[in-house]
Amino acid sequence: MTALSPKTASASRTAGIPAILKTAFINALIALVLFSLMVGIRTEAGSDGQLTYWTRFGDVAVLVAAVFGGSIVIELLRQWIGPTGAETLVPPAFKSGMSLVGRYLAPALLIFTLLVPVIFYDQRYILDLAILVLTYVMLGWGLNVVVGLAGLLDLGYVAFYAVGAYSYALLATNFGWSFWVCLPLAGILAAFWGVLLGFPVLRLRGDYLAIVTLAFGEIIRLVIINWQDLTGGPNGVSGIPRPTFFGVPLDNSDDGFAARFGLEYSATHRIVFLFYLILALALLTNWVTIRLRRLPIGRAWEALREDEVACRALGINTTTTKLTAFATGAMFGGFAGAFFATRQGFISPESFTFQESALVLAIVVLGGMGSQLGVALAALAMIGGFELFRGLEHYRMLVFGMAMVLIMIWRPRGLIGHRAPTVYLTKAQAISSDLVKEGHG
Amino acid sequence: MDYFAQQLINGLVLGSIYGLIAIGYTMVYGIVGMINFAHGDIFMIGGFIALITFLILVSLGLTAIPVILLVVLLVSMAITALYGWTIERIAYRPLRHSFRLAPMLSAIGMSFVLTNYSQVSQGARVKPIPPLITGGYTLHESADGFVIQLSNIQIMVVITTIVLLAIFTWLVSRTRLGRDMRACEQDQTMAALLGVDVDRTISMTFVIGAALAAVAGLMYLLYYGLVDFFMGFVAGIKAFTAAVLGGIGSLPGAMLGGLAIGLIETFWSAYFSVEYKDVAAFSILIVVLIFMPTGLLGRPEVEKV
Repeated sequence: MTALSPKTASASRTAGIPAILKTAFINALIALVLFSLMVGIRTEAGSDGQLTYWTRFGDVAVLVAAVFGGSIVIELLRQWIGPTGAETLVPPAFKSGMSLVGRYLAPALLIFTLLVPVIFYDQRYILDLAILVLTYVMLGWGLNVVVGLAGLLDLGYVAFYAVGAYSYALLATNFGWSFWVCLPLAGILAAFWGVLLGFPVLRLRGDYLAIVTLAFGEIIRLVIINWQDLTGGPNGVSGIPRPTFFGVPLDNSDDGFAARFGLEYSATHRIVFLFYLILALALLTNWVTIRLRRLPIGRAWEALREDEVACRALGINTTTTKLTAFATGAMFGGFAGAFFATRQGFISPESFTFQESALVLAIVVLGGMGSQLGVALAALAMIGGFELFRGLEHYRMLVFGMAMVLIMIWRPRGLIGHRAPTVYLTKAQAISSDLVKEGHG
Repeated sequence: MDYFAQQLINGLVLGSIYGLIAIGYTMVYGIVGMINFAHGDIFMIGGFIALITFLILVSLGLTAIPVILLVVLLVSMAITALYGWTIERIAYRPLRHSFRLAPMLSAIGMSFVLTNYSQVSQGARVKPIPPLITGGYTLHESADGFVIQLSNIQIMVVITTIVLLAIFTWLVSRTRLGRDMRACEQDQTMAALLGVDVDRTISMTFVIGAALAAVAGLMYLLYYGLVDFFMGFVAGIKAFTAAVLGGIGSLPGAMLGGLAIGLIETFWSAYFSVEYKDVAAFSILIVVLIFMPTGLLGRPEVEKV
């Protein structure tokens, strides 16, 4: 193949205005065909079951115009920044500045999180939102063990979340066991299911594994829906006991938390308690992950992510290594599920759809697969963003999907950070694994 | 026995629809090596476009059913194929040399985009159409009054599938495009060096896959008489199961797997429980991948370092 001469390369970089307009025109034409029927004609079943339709050509015109304008902007940006996929060089000064910020960001964020209930004590909405964000931080950190460290694509993480939630809900409502007994049980049961699923399927290659975990997640959800005697089917389980402060109920009874400690009863006590509970659980997840990363098993996970064939050649038992990652991630999912059940007081299969799995996965990917701080920030951005667009019910999933595609195109290794393996050889490799396809480095 | 025969017919019809979708999965996997997660949603889009075209034609005063069907078929194939092409261009091509999980994640994002796009643009409610093709044949009537029915629509679904498969097989085995596709499947770099336009071939793969999915969408619309924005998800997973069962990358395998999944699902609903039919299909996916990762007709994959 003859290399492009510099002249033609630069010519293609600075395409003239007619060329840009031509591209934009073609794109707009394609958009017109795509949107003409799906957007231009709105169908609806009438009350008598007869289909009616009306036209919305104005919307089509707006969309096509947007595509036309967008194409021009993208073409101009492309010329300005350079071809996509090129490594943008970050100035070293900026890089060291960022790492300085990175070093102090995590402790600062932790201190701020610890103070959230103090600062926002009167704002129930913010506390609820903070609990939600922390739940996703925990789920993200749990899935991070599987996807970020071991490099296994798990599309059915929500199954373990569901197992944890239903374990606690059923044990607590049927046998009256307390939250603190059920929490470890929920984790163990979820890990058990993780092993049960993982043992046969972890021999599969990446994308097969993804589909099998997805199928498993759907199976769990369908079983929950259909096994009505046990799980209450689509109606879910209600009346799940609230957590107690190590045996002391957080209510306004005589031996409740407020009375016992001589405080004036307030419903906020329970919210604050839940906040610190999920914070503790999330930090436990984080701590365990960080510690595991220093153990041989954690090193094996990271090695497995980088190059499975090399791992096998070096005598690492890939099946058991993957299985431990899978079970550890599942266990944390189970913990989070038990917390979810006790917080909501009511669970139903609707909370455990594939969308939930995809959301947690998107948090891990956005956070940079393996970076603990990145995952936390991604959870904050994602759940916060969802909350901002709460009014736009369906549009937000549309935007979510688009964001996933764009992030993959723009920065497939994650938006916020990318965690390189913990250990390196002292001499630099000839080729970084970032630059080559996996398994071919 | 009669009940069995009736279920066999139903299963084969359902299996034909799954098979048409499964071909799209298996072709893309064969060439690009990725699971096109959005393919089920392409099938859903095909169904919607068929429905809308049908509505327009009827309101224009067209009454000849064969003409309507032909126009609906062509329009939905063409527009859905353009959807397939656009998605490949936007979401997959920039990621072709990215790391392994990137195209898969991008495809999941695309699947969300398509599902919610049709929910936003067409509403969440189920869209029914009146039965277009009515009538059928009574094959056999047993003493206790059980009738084996073969409806015209079932005949049409099976015949359309067979015709499309014949065209498709000819396309892959006899034309320049088919040869390019097979070459890209074996070695993209080598094919490119020998003058095959790899980008164009991959685009065409998506176009053909989407067109077949559009036919499946139309068949689904005619057979069940309804479409909704969420039908692509489950149908997509089942069709993927079919592709894996038949051996991913193998075209006859995809059709065979589709028929197998259709039959299993129908018989499971008929003899065991309707509620657990999806569980049965998904369990088969897991079992097949564990015991027969190469499927019925697939070639074992050799891992090269």
